[in-house]
Amino acid sequence: MAVDDTHPRSSTGKGSPRTGQTSGSGALPAEELDAQDTEVALASLSQWQLAARRFRRHRMALLGLGIFAFMATVAVVIPLFQPFIFHNIPGAVRPGGDAPSVEHIFGTTQEGRDVFNLVVNGGRISLMVGGFSMFIAGFVGVVVGSIAGFSGGWVDNILMRVVDVFFAIPFLFVILVAARFFGRGDVLSLILIIGLLSWPLIARLVRASFLSLREADFVDAARAVGVSKLRIAFRHILPNAMGPVIVAMTLLMANAIVLEAFVSFLGFGIRETEVSWGNALANAQNALRFGNWWWAFFPGMAIALTVLAINFMGDGLRDALDPRSRE
Amino acid sequence: MRALAQQPVDLEAEDRSQTLLDVQDLRTHFHVMDGTVKAVDGVSFSINRGETLGIVGESGCGKSVTALTIMRLLDIPPAEIASGVVLFDGRDILSLPEDEMRRLRGNDIAMIFQEPMTSLNPVFTVGRQISEAVRQHLRVGKREALDRSIESLRIVGINSPERRVKQYPHEMSGGMRQRVMIAMALSCEPKLLIADEPTTALDVTIQAQILELIRRIQQETGAALMLITHDLGVVAEMVHDVVVMYAGRVVEHGTVDEVLLQPRHPYTEGLLASIPSKGMRGNRLNVIKGTVPNPFNMPTGCNFAPRCPYRFEPCPEHDPRIEEGGGPPVACWLWKKAPGHAIPQELHDEQVAAARRAGAATSTPVSELLSVSDTQQGGPAA
Repeated sequence: MAVDDTHPRSSTGKGSPRTGQTSGSGALPAEELDAQDTEVALASLSQWQLAARRFRRHRMALLGLGIFAFMATVAVVIPLFQPFIFHNIPGAVRPGGDAPSVEHIFGTTQEGRDVFNLVVNGGRISLMVGGFSMFIAGFVGVVVGSIAGFSGGWVDNILMRVVDVFFAIPFLFVILVAARFFGRGDVLSLILIIGLLSWPLIARLVRASFLSLREADFVDAARAVGVSKLRIAFRHILPNAMGPVIVAMTLLMANAIVLEAFVSFLGFGIRETEVSWGNALANAQNALRFGNWWWAFFPGMAIALTVLAINFMGDGLRDALDPRSRE
Repeated sequence: MRALAQQPVDLEAEDRSQTLLDVQDLRTHFHVMDGTVKAVDGVSFSINRGETLGIVGESGCGKSVTALTIMRLLDIPPAEIASGVVLFDGRDILSLPEDEMRRLRGNDIAMIFQEPMTSLNPVFTVGRQISEAVRQHLRVGKREALDRSIESLRIVGINSPERRVKQYPHEMSGGMRQRVMIAMALSCEPKLLIADEPTTALDVTIQAQILELIRRIQQETGAALMLITHDLGVVAEMVHDVVVMYAGRVVEHGTVDEVLLQPRHPYTEGLLASIPSKGMRGNRLNVIKGTVPNPFNMPTGCNFAPRCPYRFEPCPEHDPRIEEGGGPPVACWLWKKAPGHAIPQELHDEQVAAARRAGAATSTPVSELLSVSDTQQGGPAA
């Protein structure tokens, strides 16, 4: 196993005091273990707790989590005090908008709107679209993938052909068309459209995990004590299959944020009376001629930073949830 | 779980010698890409209440498939139960609907698997897993199920079970996990315990403890035991009756003394002769020449004929069936009259003599194994 800076042993000094004892006791035969009862730490760490511990040792993941948490907090809290008001057009001093100053730290738009206000209010919508569509995709994907992987046979066959179809169609165009015809420019329909189009990836992952876990010894053992098939699928197999799904879901969220920005940028997404990072960028295009770079720069940076942070988290989660990376 | 100790008394009241499990002409085939594998090909045996039966044979002879067929844990397809009846407590369990079979599993028939390291779900505490087994069959609350789990961990000799129930499998050693598996199997007081190579994956020192534990618990609960193993030493100390399997068939059947001391089938003889013993120090180890026949292409006659040192005319052509043609329960033309052939007396005598030598030579390590487990009784199992 590769020893890197995330390896638990290399950071023994930093860990909590119980760390060394718990991991050290794993391989001892029964008697020795019993003899050491008093030494063995009281806390028993579940797989999730162990993963959390590995995650906490992953520097980039922590950085990503920090950035993301900061963005999310700002995007939730600040709009409560400074909502985006479409009808409020203060007017700018300079044509094309005012440069960043103490009053407007991110500058203003052509109409004199505060760009900082745009970024935080846009963040609220962009993160909402990313987050909720991730949950929808995750939920549908897990349900479909579990059913396919556990039933096998023709059920699996049909569901996987549906997934194949989803993969075969040009995703972006479908989203644009769907947003044009079904979307009303509101957040909910965009969430639904993105979510309901991105679940196949998750479904494939879940199915693959199910297929291999179905043959696991503990599944046979559970069946041998009379546990029902349904219960085995959802209580025994699913929790073991969730690791890669969680990683994929984070990446899906980053993807959804970019997608929302893209769709809105093209004018198919969030309507203009509301603000998202995507339509902030779209509106800023013309102002670039007047040398107004800040209008486009800050929403753009917000997208890039958020996506980067989420990808860092996904990376950390992958390492933390990978059973092979166990100490 | 305190009721465990009283169980044998109840059984005594019933007919103790009554047949609990009766397997008749069981055939389990696997349909795969390259053809059909007859993994179990006409196996019959029975187990009485509270008794122990050992099933021995080398890897791939159909021991585990037999057990999984009885538990109905095989996926159908690719598996197919081509024929046979499995009577458990008088009921034909091969024709039970799945949900009734599910009620039987764990409750009446429990199974211990070979691989304790992977047979527990890594994401749950062991307490939750034992509780789950209990709650599948008994109408008890979470708290009571957990109490029963603690009690059964105590019975299988795990120290401070109150704390252990809260631990995850990865915090335990292989021996301890196997104890947990046994606790889980026993939690509903089954009538039949199937142990599929329960000690193969364990350290030698732990093996004796686990066997001792299984034996003790089997005696206390009065459960019947079907012990699958390739280790004749384990058979010697654990079981009353032995079934020897080769290539999906039962080739010999008898009490442990008959089979181990006076083996009849040349395959059993070969198995016994291949156990290294003290007296043979410095000599070459005995092996059974050749390999198990290709499952897609079984010999037409006796399955063992290609490897058999006593092979004579009828063997490659006629298939000896253990239940046919009278004589002792052994599938060999040295012991029963082949169509058109007399039993070759000289060859027969030669085989009997060689087989007894093999049996006698191995009786030493068998007793040694016994004494090893005796000294371990004061350990955590006690």
